[in-house]
Amino acid sequence: MTDNASGVLFDLLHSQLVAYIYSTIDNKNKCVSQLESLGFRIGVSLGEQLTKDLPRFRDELEVMKFICRDFWSSLYQKQVDNLRTNHQGVYVLQDNAFKLLTHISVGKQYLDCAPRYLALSCGLIRGVLSNLGVKSVVTSEVISMPSAKFQIMVQRT
Amino acid sequence: MAVCIAVIAKENYPLYIRCSANVEDELKFHFTVHTSLDVVEEKISSTGKTSTARAPDMREFYLGQLYPSEDYRIYGYVTNTKVKFVMVVEASNTQIRDNDVRSMFRRLHNAYTSVVCNPFYILGSNISSKAFEKVVAGMIVDEQKKELFT
Repeated sequence: MTDNASGVLFDLLHSQLVAYIYSTIDNKNKCVSQLESLGFRIGVSLGEQLTKDLPRFRDELEVMKFICRDFWSSLYQKQVDNLRTNHQGVYVLQDNAFKLLTHISVGKQYLDCAPRYLALSCGLIRGVLSNLGVKSVVTSEVISMPSAKFQIMVQRT
Repeated sequence: MAVCIAVIAKENYPLYIRCSANVEDELKFHFTVHTSLDVVEEKISSTGKTSTARAPDMREFYLGQLYPSEDYRIYGYVTNTKVKFVMVVEASNTQIRDNDVRSMFRRLHNAYTSVVCNPFYILGSNISSKAFEKVVAGMIVDEQKKELFT
């Protein structure tokens, strides 16, 4: 299976998954957290698979760079466009054309539906980070489709 | 061929320990593996001295021989996700080479990844997958199996 095919398949499967979760769960407030925890488990497995062949990470910044490059390109066939950090444990990943949103709209239409399409991806990031030993809280923000921002807050003990 | 193989989770509790069938005291191996964890921690801590000789080791998973003992040699391997594999080999076994141990660890790592990707596997619980057991059985020395196949 080529990379193109797997990207399209993931996109379609994801949108169907979101629709399914929203149709089967009665309490709509729980849907986003359900999607997020799904993403978490997938993220852990994916993290295990993808880091198998890479050299050992030395510090947190290398883990973040792995997420922005290898992880993102294996999922969405592109890399994260912008990574910002305040060096205090907060990282912001910006993707100007987030793959799962590009087919929905460009601009402000359907903006209120965007969070449900980002929930799984937030969980994915949290899962990979947790598997690599970084406890975090991941939130997402969409100002204008299809550009998405993911904010990672690392919990330092 | 190893005498004992162990998979230890990130939080340093065992996920899987398997010893060869013809040992009298399994508990001794559990203890040996447990004490070797200290050495593993020491090797992976990046706050140690970073001389140029050690710099290439920092990027590798394979940790090499952990410490010598009169009866056994112990080898360690750590993954990016801080899961550790420990292998105990009899000291009298001189045919086993460093590359053999490396390839055994590599196969263990692949088998472990398959276990994690199994959606029915609960993270952090004991590994009971038959496929994984088969891979490990192929590496553990067994009194019936006399072949040198590793």
